Amino acid sequence: MVAAANTRLRLETVRLTALFGKNPAVREVSLLFPAHTVTAIIGPSGCGKSTLLRCLNRMHELTPDAAVTGTVLLDDVNIYATDVNPVELRRRIGMVFQRPTPFPTMSIYDNVAAGLRVNGRRPRQETDDAVERALRQSALWDEVKDRLATSALALSGGQQQRLCIARAIAPQPEILLLDEPTASLDPAGTQRIEELCHTLKRLYTIVIVTHNMQQAARVSDYTAFMYLGSLIEVGRTNEIFTKPQVEQTEAYITGRFG
Amino acid sequence: MSAGTFRRHLTSRVMTALVVVLAFLAVLALVLILGDLIAKGASSIDWAFFTKSPVPAGESGGGVANAIVGTFIVVGLAALIGVPVGVGAGMYLAEYGSGRLGFLVRFVADVLNGTPSIVIGIVAWTFLVKPTGRFSALAGSVALAILMIPMLARTTEEMVRLVPHSLREAALALGYPRWRTSLKVVARTALGGIVTGCLVGIARVAGETAPLLFTALGNLNFSTDVRHPMQTLSLQIYVYATGPFDEWHRMAWAAALVLMGLVLILALAARWVTRQRYGSGR
Repeated sequence: MVAAANTRLRLETVRLTALFGKNPAVREVSLLFPAHTVTAIIGPSGCGKSTLLRCLNRMHELTPDAAVTGTVLLDDVNIYATDVNPVELRRRIGMVFQRPTPFPTMSIYDNVAAGLRVNGRRPRQETDDAVERALRQSALWDEVKDRLATSALALSGGQQQRLCIARAIAPQPEILLLDEPTASLDPAGTQRIEELCHTLKRLYTIVIVTHNMQQAARVSDYTAFMYLGSLIEVGRTNEIFTKPQVEQTEAYITGRFG
Repeated sequence: MSAGTFRRHLTSRVMTALVVVLAFLAVLALVLILGDLIAKGASSIDWAFFTKSPVPAGESGGGVANAIVGTFIVVGLAALIGVPVGVGAGMYLAEYGSGRLGFLVRFVADVLNGTPSIVIGIVAWTFLVKPTGRFSALAGSVALAILMIPMLARTTEEMVRLVPHSLREAALALGYPRWRTSLKVVARTALGGIVTGCLVGIARVAGETAPLLFTALGNLNFSTDVRHPMQTLSLQIYVYATGPFDEWHRMAWAAALVLMGLVLILALAARWVTRQRYGSGR
């Protein structure tokens, strides 16, 4: 498929199907996410792109009546194997949601440290360093370094979303899943998040679900187009947007449906 | 102004006036009760009222120190038993109670919520007083705790359900185990509401008399032994108000005022906790 020869394989789905009750939301999707790249998943509402993302860190199965068939390989290990602990798996895969979800009872510092503390106690200095590193990586450090002990709710929406990114990357996961991370942000906030995608892909493998095709074109290396739960086409972003192979993809990216 | 606009404004005025009057009526009851209590009880409240135990009938003076201390012990012990069970049950209902057992627990809690408190007193008598052969403050506390538990379970459940699902998902996606998500994120976010619910529940049972009649029984002397009968303000009011002496009636009013004051303080504390919760941040 699309993996360049020199990028090490990190994450791959093989005939992945996700169900709500008896209704498949994702149908037999086989997709490869090369290491240290940004892969965008685009498609009209209800095409299963968020569900696909939630299968990658086993969040989908938390929904009542949800089920998954097929496999998701992380470094050649099936994360749906019975001996994989989903709780530990999620510590290796960070996730950021559509709306900012800072923990309202915690300070800015505690929010970022939340994912570190769940991994067991560690020296104070180590936590301090990890929090600062995560906040610097998410480009929030300069704005909050003087008020780390204050409530996270006092931040603006865009800052809260970057805080959530800091919280997700503080435990240094291998994969970063972004589920329409700019859906509730203004253009300035959106731009900052997009810039982050560019810098963070050096450290993490990023999968981003987005409604916004311009965003996909701006931030991603690879783009996958989904429709009615099926993967229609995947390829290098510039190729998908300039010369798509499938008629449906072309119709969608030129705005003729969806 | 056209006729239509005039009618619209008139209707608005009339309806506003109506709800103001209704709101006033609702508050009026509290104002009348409080006013009456202050008018009839305040004059009997002095230092001795808080520091002395009752004197034999016919003598004047004395106080209700034993009943005040007794109220704190009986209600405090009830809270010690009732709060963990009630809040725990509420957490279970909100977080895991979607199945058959959750339905059953919720149903039982609702029935228990509607059970007359005197029935719960009789139950406590049957299982605690009769087998041990003596009335005790502990039996009274258990009766009050049984009253408190369904109330706290249901308010805790409501408060926990108010916590947005997205917060729960955010914690789970960070690799929080389910129990830790419930405790560190969900319960902590709902804490203000849960504490308020507990204070309101405690205030409610602090005024209960019926379940204590067959359990704590009442005691004319100062006692802090929970294995023996103990006086509470509500029991004291009951005895004094139904007694034949004017002096007792006077004391009953004063004791009622003190009890009302305690409940009011709890209600204010509940208010304060709630405000803290919404006051932080945003």
